[in-house]
Amino acid sequence: MGGMNQLERRIAGRIIIEGVAQGEALAATEPLSFWGGYSQTTGEIIDRRHPLSGQIGAGRILVLPFTRGSSTTTAILLESVRKGVAPAALITDRADVFLALASVVADEMYESSFPMIAVSRDDFESIATGDQVRIEEDGTIVVTPEA
Amino acid sequence: MDIQLSEFDRALLEGEAGPASQMAMRILHRMLPVFGVDRFMDVSAAHIDSTVYMGVATMEYAERLAELGAKVRVPSTLNVSGVDEHGWEEWEVPAEVARNATRQMRAYEAMGCIPTWTCAPYQTEHAPVFGQQIAAGESNVIGYYNSIIGARTERYPDLLDICAAITGRVPAAGLHLDEGRAGTELLRLRGIPRALQEDDAFYPVLGHLLGRIAPDGIPVLEGLEVQPNKDQLKAVCAGAASSGAVAMFHLVGVTPEAPTTKEAFLGRDPQRITDINMDELRASYQDLSTSDGSKVDMIVLGSPHFSIDEFKALAPLVKGRKCAEGVEFLVTCSRSVRMIAGHVGLLEPIEAFGARITVDTCPLTSPMLPERVKHLMTNSAKYAYYSPGLLGVDVVYGRLSDCVESAVQGRIIREEGPWAV
Repeated sequence: MGGMNQLERRIAGRIIIEGVAQGEALAATEPLSFWGGYSQTTGEIIDRRHPLSGQIGAGRILVLPFTRGSSTTTAILLESVRKGVAPAALITDRADVFLALASVVADEMYESSFPMIAVSRDDFESIATGDQVRIEEDGTIVVTPEA
Repeated sequence: MDIQLSEFDRALLEGEAGPASQMAMRILHRMLPVFGVDRFMDVSAAHIDSTVYMGVATMEYAERLAELGAKVRVPSTLNVSGVDEHGWEEWEVPAEVARNATRQMRAYEAMGCIPTWTCAPYQTEHAPVFGQQIAAGESNVIGYYNSIIGARTERYPDLLDICAAITGRVPAAGLHLDEGRAGTELLRLRGIPRALQEDDAFYPVLGHLLGRIAPDGIPVLEGLEVQPNKDQLKAVCAGAASSGAVAMFHLVGVTPEAPTTKEAFLGRDPQRITDINMDELRASYQDLSTSDGSKVDMIVLGSPHFSIDEFKALAPLVKGRKCAEGVEFLVTCSRSVRMIAGHVGLLEPIEAFGARITVDTCPLTSPMLPERVKHLMTNSAKYAYYSPGLLGVDVVYGRLSDCVESAVQGRIIREEGPWAV
């Protein structure tokens, strides 16, 4: 394969929602409730108790563990898709119903879904904020560490 | 995993029961593998949290289903909406939000749901019974139905609860099954005085701590010496579902699936044992406040929605007194609880005190608060947990009598009582 970066790592992920995406990783090991945690108008992380507080999730590859708290997480993420400030993709440490549903409904309503891939806990923790991440059709995650 | 569809599922998926059932089943069908199971099962009731207005998308989703002719197949109560449709003009709710949220309300009513408009549906005549298979959204309701009643629901997100109600089907997973309801870790109260266990401020704090210790587990708590009342139990549910994703917990000797610790674990061993002493409880109590100042602009009560018993507790505390100038005092409840409270004379002293009542919604789901409100006080772990992030305010947590006293004095007053070091 031409142009392969030597620093590139490939992680075999499990497809929860299919699709391809590319972007800069925004990663935390602390769960995030999107209700009160993610601005549906700007894509900013607004949970002031969360380590990613103040960062922008829009267009990023969001790397987060299972969600906690309110059932409204899905609705917030759907609104963010409609307003164009959703993450480009989600990588989680296990299948997350709340996040996956937002992509399924966004596809039904707006023909605009985002991929979601589950990986092992070790792989999950290996992706850092700032890494360049590409998600391929077969669920492979290609990570290029921040230069 | 090969998906096993029943004839009914297949008929819905192929559109034989109309386009709304088809859309609902298509969404459920795509979600089935995410739940990690291969089949659906029946539910006989639902509680719909998709009612919360979060923006145009939630309205468009409801209206799409309604326009396609959706009708719920099982009795379905409705959670809070985004607006008190007859009272919003008293507050700062933007007209456009009120209009859209009202449209969203009409869409869910058109689907044949029961217009309870409350996050405490377990305190209505529509509550499920022990062992009943149901589909519930709203985290405190999920916790209450599973833990306190022993009805069976998974944690359903908004937008999926209505699909379950329209089809009467859910993934046969998790808390619907016997093995999914076993306790995962043991928490033991150690040296917690009975006086503290009898204090109203104890239960929201306990819930907050359960969620912190076991954010995605099924904690089993041992060592309660008192039998909490229904409002205290709902406070535990709301606290645990805010700081964590606790969909079920067992209180040994209190909740129906935990007559003994062994039964709560279905005979298995706990994955972890944690002792809870006064230090942890005090830390959890402090953690519910983000300010130690004395300023207060607003008292807010009723998350989950206030019950008749809570109005009965509030009325004598405020009778003949006055809320200080410049302090708002808000109680949120369902329209039916307000009506009953009014008929039995409980609202008179409360309104004479200067309090206002908002129904069908709350400040976390309706953008109703004036800009000037920066310092909140509440007796609710859920209001305390979410207000700083969602409303951009400081919050102080205290028991009901502290909230009333602070409103009268116009500054934070908190009786430490059994919490004092």
